[in-house]
Amino acid sequence: MSNPTEHLPPRLPRLSPLSFALAIAAGALVLVSIGQVAPSPGQLIDGGPSLVRLVGRMSPPNTDPAFLARIFWRIVETFQIALAGAAIGILLSLPIGWLAARGVGPLGNAGAFFAKGAVSFLRTVPDLVWALLFVATVGLGAVAGTMTVVVDTIGFCGRFFAEAIEDSEREPQEAIAAIGGNRLSILFGAVLPDVMPSLINTSLFALEKAVRSSVVLGLVGGGGIGQELKVAFDLFQYRNASTIILAIFLIVLGMEWATDRLRRRAQ
Amino acid sequence: MLDLAPDRPVLAGAAPSPDPVVATRGLKKSYDRRIEVLKGVDLTIRLGERVALIGANGCGKSTLLRCLIGLHEVTAGEVFALGERFTGLPCGAQKLRLRRRTGFVFQKHCLVRRRSVLSNVIHGLLSEPGSWRAFSHAIAPEPWRCLALEALERVNLADKAAMRADALSGGQQQRVAIARALVRRPALLIADEPAASLDPVSGQDVMALFARLCAEHGITLLFTSHDMDHARSFADRIVALRSGRVMWDKPAATTTDADLDEVFRVESD
Repeated sequence: MSNPTEHLPPRLPRLSPLSFALAIAAGALVLVSIGQVAPSPGQLIDGGPSLVRLVGRMSPPNTDPAFLARIFWRIVETFQIALAGAAIGILLSLPIGWLAARGVGPLGNAGAFFAKGAVSFLRTVPDLVWALLFVATVGLGAVAGTMTVVVDTIGFCGRFFAEAIEDSEREPQEAIAAIGGNRLSILFGAVLPDVMPSLINTSLFALEKAVRSSVVLGLVGGGGIGQELKVAFDLFQYRNASTIILAIFLIVLGMEWATDRLRRRAQ
Repeated sequence: MLDLAPDRPVLAGAAPSPDPVVATRGLKKSYDRRIEVLKGVDLTIRLGERVALIGANGCGKSTLLRCLIGLHEVTAGEVFALGERFTGLPCGAQKLRLRRRTGFVFQKHCLVRRRSVLSNVIHGLLSEPGSWRAFSHAIAPEPWRCLALEALERVNLADKAAMRADALSGGQQQRVAIARALVRRPALLIADEPAASLDPVSGQDVMALFARLCAEHGITLLFTSHDMDHARSFADRIVALRSGRVMWDKPAATTTDADLDEVFRVESD
């Protein structure tokens, strides 16, 4: 009589020698990295008093009306960079996402591969690097920041739009093709209505991302409130810096609150 | 609830004419050059006829319907449809002419779920000139909106025009799909198992609706079905497919239970 426990599956998946060796190597890599670049407990303890001193110099935040007025207009500019950049980026991402969608777009699989590759390139280059490039191209200021947000948004939305379009329901598309609709009819008649909640969600995330991005672009000359923050730290005006950091916190918090509400309504 | 009795008298209005609306000669279709689904189908459907295509799963019914309007490319043979002759895949202009005069109803209604019922029906006009205005009822010309509402009235759903398509029951959604197919008054209506995803009562209603509307408007009807009662009640002629070929082709009134049993028994052997 056979033992029924023979057929019990093992509690843990069996690792091949190669998988085991790779897991050990990955663990070792993490430990070595922590040892070389992570702060040691001694460094953390030594840094504590410096942090306390810095916080002391940052308090209380500067509430001078003239300074607050200047910060307010910088916040407005930051919003404008984020809104204009995200809006243009989202609009451009729609056709790009369509071209990059396998099985739905008009370019075929090879064309979609190249379109996706181009979107990946835009996404993998960090926004601060794009900002440096645009500052060198169009000069310091909000225009360079806006162009950076456009490129960053295309890199983000282009990919997610393409994936949403690829996952859209095929049956309504076939129905419109059977009626005599062309590729544009299928896109506007069946694909976009189906993927609209996903597009809205992605666009709202892109807007949030654009606000966060536009806040720091000023550090490399891309306009907005980040420029004020850089000046404050460069000139050791820590009370100004704390006011700006609080303003940034409020901007990002407000934007997340607004996009969360919009996202819920879009469902 | 539809008040139509699903029986012969419904079909009596349209006398079949000898003119062929659809014909195939030696039609073959293979997928990936290996799986031959249609192995030489010869079929002629005349104006005003109502033809049921029956056969076991995988015998090629849906593939044949899709080949007729160029949704699938033909591997070999010829297709004549609504005065056009084509081999392979019809060219863009042929496809457009063909599909403008054909209505196609799928097994799974294939509505755009998030759009209104009226917009879905207006989608039936997407191949018309200026068709970008058929994307939504909000931008469609007034005559198109009226046409779509008329089509909905014909399927008793005019009161649901503003609702989202996915708020309707399965039977109602299939009726919207019928309205979408009929909005252009097609010469030929093709339906791929239109009642398969519905409960028996809704399925009977939908088939009765097909029969009534085709009889009223003189539309030629070609449908596939696994329900032999539907095939006998709503078709003039039944064509049985087996392994990609026509097994038999008989007037619906003369088919026997033995004929029907044979189709499925032989297929499963």
